[in-house]
Amino acid sequence: MSYLRVEDLSISFGGIRAVDDVSFDVEEGEVFAIIGPNGAGKTTLFNLVSGIYSADGGSVRFAGRDITSLPAHRIAPLGLARTFQNIELFEHATVLQNLLIGRHVHRRSTALSHLLFLPAVRREELEHRRRVEDVIDLLELAHYREQRIANLPYGVRKVVEVGRALCLEPKLLLLDEPTSGLNPEESEDMGFWIEDINRDLGVTVVMVAHDMGLVSRVAGRVLALNEGRTIAEGSPAEVQKNPAVVDAYLGAD
Amino acid sequence: MRFLFKTHYNQDIDHLKHGGDRFWYGLLLVLVAAAPAALGTFYLGELNLVMIYAIAGVGLMLLVGYTGQVSLGHAAFLAIGAYTHSLLLGAGLPFLLSIVAAVLVSALVGAGVGWIALRMTGIYLAIATLAFAMLTEQTISRAEWLTGGFRGLAVPQASLLGMPLTQVWQHYYVTLTLLVVTLLAALNILRSSTGRAMVAIRDSEISAESVGINLAVYKTLAFALSAGITGLAGALFAHRLGYLSPDAFTFLISLQLLLMVVVGGVGSMRGVIYGALFIGFLPQLLAIARDTLPPQIAQAPGLEPGIFGLILVLVILFEPQGIFGRWLKIKSYFQTFPLYRRATHRRQKTYLRTERLR
Repeated sequence: MSYLRVEDLSISFGGIRAVDDVSFDVEEGEVFAIIGPNGAGKTTLFNLVSGIYSADGGSVRFAGRDITSLPAHRIAPLGLARTFQNIELFEHATVLQNLLIGRHVHRRSTALSHLLFLPAVRREELEHRRRVEDVIDLLELAHYREQRIANLPYGVRKVVEVGRALCLEPKLLLLDEPTSGLNPEESEDMGFWIEDINRDLGVTVVMVAHDMGLVSRVAGRVLALNEGRTIAEGSPAEVQKNPAVVDAYLGAD
Repeated sequence: MRFLFKTHYNQDIDHLKHGGDRFWYGLLLVLVAAAPAALGTFYLGELNLVMIYAIAGVGLMLLVGYTGQVSLGHAAFLAIGAYTHSLLLGAGLPFLLSIVAAVLVSALVGAGVGWIALRMTGIYLAIATLAFAMLTEQTISRAEWLTGGFRGLAVPQASLLGMPLTQVWQHYYVTLTLLVVTLLAALNILRSSTGRAMVAIRDSEISAESVGINLAVYKTLAFALSAGITGLAGALFAHRLGYLSPDAFTFLISLQLLLMVVVGGVGSMRGVIYGALFIGFLPQLLAIARDTLPPQIAQAPGLEPGIFGLILVLVILFEPQGIFGRWLKIKSYFQTFPLYRRATHRRQKTYLRTERLR
């Protein structure tokens, strides 16, 4: 049984089948990339897997559990974290607060004890902070710790979002275009971090990407989508040579 | 400019961050505690009212400023707190118990409203809460068997620990104590995961969900907390009024409460205090202005709500961070003098957001 198994997943918006009978398997510990031209349904697929949309048909199984009909807030505690293509951070909070919010699924105390801020709550807060500092060290965010997101450059926000996802201590990380809008140097760093997250933290990564350089470097297997359907699957080199993929990107002659 | 050398994470958790904080807040506490010795009955009463407003403001701020849910109906929770407290006090319940009951009843009603309004945001939520406030006002005026309707309800004399509360200074100390307790409780919520979940909902519902925050639970909780705290203010407000009738809790009060939160500075607890001072003394300013204005304007009906509305609009347009925000700007001007740039605090627009997911 594979770690993440997506079977015949479909969703339509009006008359458009945005995701049409897509199936794929992700094994534990691998880096899996999803590519495809604009409008291929990559982000929609992510929204289906992470529970933001509910599927019209098909199923998603994660770590042996059927999560197809679970709402997003019940999926996150199972160990599935994600980032967004257009960055959905908590704009008016600091980097530190954003990362601490990422620790939400690990809270143990109740709202009533928060009202009184009992000693146990303080101990828990200190523990959260230590875990958050580990992520800050990993992603080299120490310099921005106290800054509000609204004041940060785009590239840093992208990293903070990955950091917030890591604070959930996920087993599976969904990265929606981790390098879009980044300059070559920042993209390079992001590539290294994805490798670190995968190798050192043992997190399985599924990412949507346009940057074939990044895909070839970090991904083991690639799934190519076009107009909601799977058109190719295999190693990066295979997929890049696949005539259907070339057609989808450049147009058939 | 102060540079803090941090050696422990506790320094980020503590309410008072450094010696300066401890000194100034300590001084403030001493001053307000000594106020009854220096102030006459009238000003002490006004200060008492300001603190009651501040308690209600803390409640509304948690909802509007930290959870991002606008309410135009908080006068209803004030009314529910006031009536519950007066009725239970009349039934012979001790003062403190009856206050606790008023808080719980308001919180319960608040949870109900929050739960019903879950799917509404922004202007629709504001309208729904407005409708709820009108409903409450109507219910109170119709349920004569319980509330006395428009004939009113006399608020019974309270006594605390066997001592009757008759003097203004006694009420002042009760309010002050409860304000401090409320502020500490609210700040405690804000430095824990519950408060962070609220902030997360305010800034991005979609990513709040994706990090495992149950929107329904936390929105309802925020409503309950906010309503409970406003109910506490209502219970104290009842003693200030002495005689309850439905027209003491009109839309104007809701508007005033929202005005306090916005003028003070959305998203800061200090802003609540500034806002309370502002709306506490605004009627005095208006009264003085009335004397100087030509009678056609001064006697015009609806002058007060009009001016409140105007101030609300002007603040949102020109200083969305309110008095607290203005204070931060003034402070940073002096801290960075002569290098201050206007652009430092310029509001930025965000263009890249996943709007279609909302």
